[in-house]
Amino acid sequence: MSITAPQRDLFEQVAIIDPESGELIDDEIYSPYLADIGDTDLREIYRDLVVVRRLDAEATALQRQGQLGLWAPLAGQEAAQIGSARGLRPSDFVFPSYREHGVAYVRGVDPAVVLRMWRGTTLAGWNPRDVNMMTPAIVIGPHMLFAVGYGMGILRDKTLNSAVDDIVIAYCGDGGTSQGDFSEALGFAASFRTPTVFFVQNNQYAISSPVGIQATVPIVQRAAGFGVHGIRVDGNDVLAVLAVTRHAAERARAGDGPTLIEAVTYRMGPHTTSDDPTRYRDAAELEFWRQRDPIDRLRLVLDRRGLADQEFLASVDETADRYAAEVREACIATPDPDPISLFDNVYATETALLAEERTDFADLHGLDLQGSGE
Amino acid sequence: MMTDFALPDLGEGLTEAELVHWMVAPGDTVTLNQVICEVETAKALVELPSPIAGTVGRLCVEEGDTVTVGTPIITFGAASVAEPVEAEPVEAPESDEGRSNVLVGYGPGEHDARSGRKRRSHSSRASTGSATVSAKPPVRRLAKDRGIDIASLVGTGPDGHVTRGDVVGAASTSSATVSSATVGADETRVPIAGVRKRTAEAMVRSAFTAPHVTEFVTVDVTATVELVAKLREHPSFAGVRVTPLLLVAKALLFGLARHPELGSKWDEAAQEIVTTRAVNLGIAVATPRGLMVPNVKDAASLSLARLAAELTGLADRAREGKTALAEFSGGTISITNIGGFGIDSGTPIINPGEAAILCVGAIRRQPWEYRDEIALRSVMTLSVSFDHRLVDGFEGSGFLRDIASVLRDPTELIALG
Ligand SMILES: Cc1ncc(C[n+]2csc(CCOP(=O)(O)OP(=O)(O)O)c2C)c(N)n1
Ligand SMILES: [Mg+2]
Repeated sequence: MSITAPQRDLFEQVAIIDPESGELIDDEIYSPYLADIGDTDLREIYRDLVVVRRLDAEATALQRQGQLGLWAPLAGQEAAQIGSARGLRPSDFVFPSYREHGVAYVRGVDPAVVLRMWRGTTLAGWNPRDVNMMTPAIVIGPHMLFAVGYGMGILRDKTLNSAVDDIVIAYCGDGGTSQGDFSEALGFAASFRTPTVFFVQNNQYAISSPVGIQATVPIVQRAAGFGVHGIRVDGNDVLAVLAVTRHAAERARAGDGPTLIEAVTYRMGPHTTSDDPTRYRDAAELEFWRQRDPIDRLRLVLDRRGLADQEFLASVDETADRYAAEVREACIATPDPDPISLFDNVYATETALLAEERTDFADLHGLDLQGSGE
Repeated sequence: MMTDFALPDLGEGLTEAELVHWMVAPGDTVTLNQVICEVETAKALVELPSPIAGTVGRLCVEEGDTVTVGTPIITFGAASVAEPVEAEPVEAPESDEGRSNVLVGYGPGEHDARSGRKRRSHSSRASTGSATVSAKPPVRRLAKDRGIDIASLVGTGPDGHVTRGDVVGAASTSSATVSSATVGADETRVPIAGVRKRTAEAMVRSAFTAPHVTEFVTVDVTATVELVAKLREHPSFAGVRVTPLLLVAKALLFGLARHPELGSKWDEAAQEIVTTRAVNLGIAVATPRGLMVPNVKDAASLSLARLAAELTGLADRAREGKTALAEFSGGTISITNIGGFGIDSGTPIINPGEAAILCVGAIRRQPWEYRDEIALRSVMTLSVSFDHRLVDGFEGSGFLRDIASVLRDPTELIALG
């Protein structure tokens, strides 16, 4: 079965939630992908959005308190992350960038584990196989190629077992699309028709560079040039994001090849805790996007359906606060790794130079060469 | 039980911050993550959330103070809830002496560098001054800890590497002492930090890597002064400051177009001379925080009115401390206007990474030869320092001469531009 690629005006963003009324817009192509979403799902999606924002705020506070070296806040991008992550199956594979804490949350990564890399106590964090999600990629670009390679692997598995229909998704930012790797990835994905979804969170900035500097046309337009299907979605509309991701995933599963999704959203906070966004954007712009807050958008739907009663809202807050407190406690209690473990896992077989450096280091700091064996 | 909260590194390797504003006072009850103060780092203005729920004991730092990372800024009394602080060994200083009497901005720096493996080591940064010396990072660290300038050592290791032995040997022969800072009767010692420190590093780097040549020219700029007066009346320049500096900038861009070497860059690592298409024109601005050199991007592409607007905005933002970080980077040539201080001329130091800097003196009414007679004219001295690695006297002189001739007669801009 082949899923037809609908052609739309590329400037148009797919939207499901009417931002005025909270009514669900009936979209011929995408609404069917939400047919199974009932009241309970709407509430659970809402809970995810709120919890993820709360965890993000806690992590930012922990950085300000000296407990994390750095943090890349996701505030404003909750819908893009929760919506897309919920559009995947557990057996699908995710290559994140560095801001996808919301995606990790949906995949089941313990938020306290996410924090370890930012605390500097681990180089990676979790075993990607456990949750079918790679650890964060700070270097921008290569992981999109990995996602294409992974997709090629799925195609090979398929030649042995025709039931295999997993897909792979790679996340990057608007700035990330300027990397050569991005173009190479799209080219290869199209040529090999890999089951890859490229999910670009266009949050309007690459650090301080507004998107218009790097992309003079909507990012979604790049897809066509590579022969990749493109969809532009309102990234603050969690249901629209969920629907387009499910659609792209379905096409990929059916052998119809890669899709590029441009989720138009906004980074409400700084690029990282080292950044001061007031230096490059004004209060009016922030206010414009505050009016389009992704959590408020879904709340409209809940309100309209009478799902946001006090009891429910209190339980959401309770979950969020409890998670935040747990994460804080676990973060502060995370032990520092043994310094000598720095030399572990550099090469499969240690080189002479590395061995010498390890000895020097141990000698200088009066450390036990064996380390904790962590 | 009292708990200290020490200033954390808020931005990947920052060493200090200024305490801008306290939002709590001793005795106040605070909740976890309640904003307690605002601090300004070299990167951002940041609000600090309280790490505990409890009562404010003492504020150890005053507004306006510059604080070294790791210095306690506040103490909290009996925490009512939050146990997490008990489990927070990272930031609290180990000893009581470390806590009781810290002179803000002094004290803990040296001590921390040695004891705190949990703190970031700044050794790689500190070692830039001795970049030509080869040594492994632990050896550099050892030298630093012992107060030895590694650049002063002769390495006995392979390829002249300075070894641990070299450092230890040097340490036993010298009696390096780490003096603690004091405010005595006869002298006041202020730590070298912030903008002062960055300026110092930049100046040393420039002065001792780029061989400077400075040339001077004194020129009758009466026509320029008259033109400035006319432009001020022109509707295109409404709302922007039109000053002689604007025309100096325009003259510089004119001269640079004819002598692009003055806008080039020496890339020592790549052994290449780099010339960029855009002229990013830096303007040295004296601000309350110190000397800043933000630049106007792609200045040569701007109309005179746009250039005026950009220069106005640049100076205003710099004085208000609102310059965007991007405005500090990528400069290709600079102007310093010491005329603003009533000074006639000087030998400026090039902004590191650039090839030249133009120094603009005060405009004075003085007797001057004019049409074979002596008349009272507006006269200014211009000087240019250039990096002799990149620029020879021939081009440097041509550049300065072109600027002078435009300012003597701005018609040149139209006739030749
Ligand atoms: C290859 C590479 N180049 C540069 C950087 C430095 N860098 C880190 S984040 C960033 C901006 C990325 O912007 P965008 O892709 O829009 O993602 P966002 O941060 O907005 O989520 C840059 C340039 C990097 N990490 N990797
Ligand atoms: Mg971005």
